[in-house]
Amino acid sequence: MTTEELLHLLPYEDPFLFVDGIDNISESRVTGHYTFKQDAFFYEGHFKDNPITPGVILTECMAQIGLVCLGIYLLADELNKTKQPQIALTASQMDFYLPVLPGEKVTVVSEKEVFRFNKLKCNVKMLNKKEELVAKGLISGMLKV
Amino acid sequence: MNKDELIAKLKPIIAPYVQDEEAFKNLTEDTDFVNDLKINSANLVDIILDIEDEFNIRLENEDMEQMLNVRSAMAIVTSKLNS
Repeated sequence: MTTEELLHLLPYEDPFLFVDGIDNISESRVTGHYTFKQDAFFYEGHFKDNPITPGVILTECMAQIGLVCLGIYLLADELNKTKQPQIALTASQMDFYLPVLPGEKVTVVSEKEVFRFNKLKCNVKMLNKKEELVAKGLISGMLKV
Repeated sequence: MNKDELIAKLKPIIAPYVQDEEAFKNLTEDTDFVNDLKINSANLVDIILDIEDEFNIRLENEDMEQMLNVRSAMAIVTSKLNS
């Protein structure tokens, strides 16, 4: 599966798609990136006159790249145009270290811990443009075709 | 390992994932993981993986499908330990 095909299989769209591209992907890990739009809807209220990307959105970005992209890659053989993956986030434990401002580009690196019985659990981290650690944690989800 | 010893080993594995604490207090061999303890499918996988580590066994898809209550979990663990 090419990364182009993989991105087409993602079940998200604007304004809730937080993947721009996949830099590399294998059975055990994925690296991808996203640039937060200056005018994203959540900056209007988070915070008043002080736009900062909400932690829940950072977690979503990490889950979309780190869990869903990797999960689709792992299920590639079973997927086609009519067979879409069913996805559910089941747990996340996240620590945040630095703020992400409007327009910032982030890179997400995810390493598979386990993928068995349809459950994918990954150690995921997010880095900013200076390669500083923005957030890291453990995300789990159920994925099946 | 007798039945009581086995239940005593299984209880701490199950405990972190239980949603119905009252049902867990009254746990018997007939206690159903999903219907009684309200454990979801994602956490059922965690329990399976923790059982594998605790007893140093390997469980397969068909074991997972059969593991509906405490009794079936004990039966599967016992048969794996004896095989």
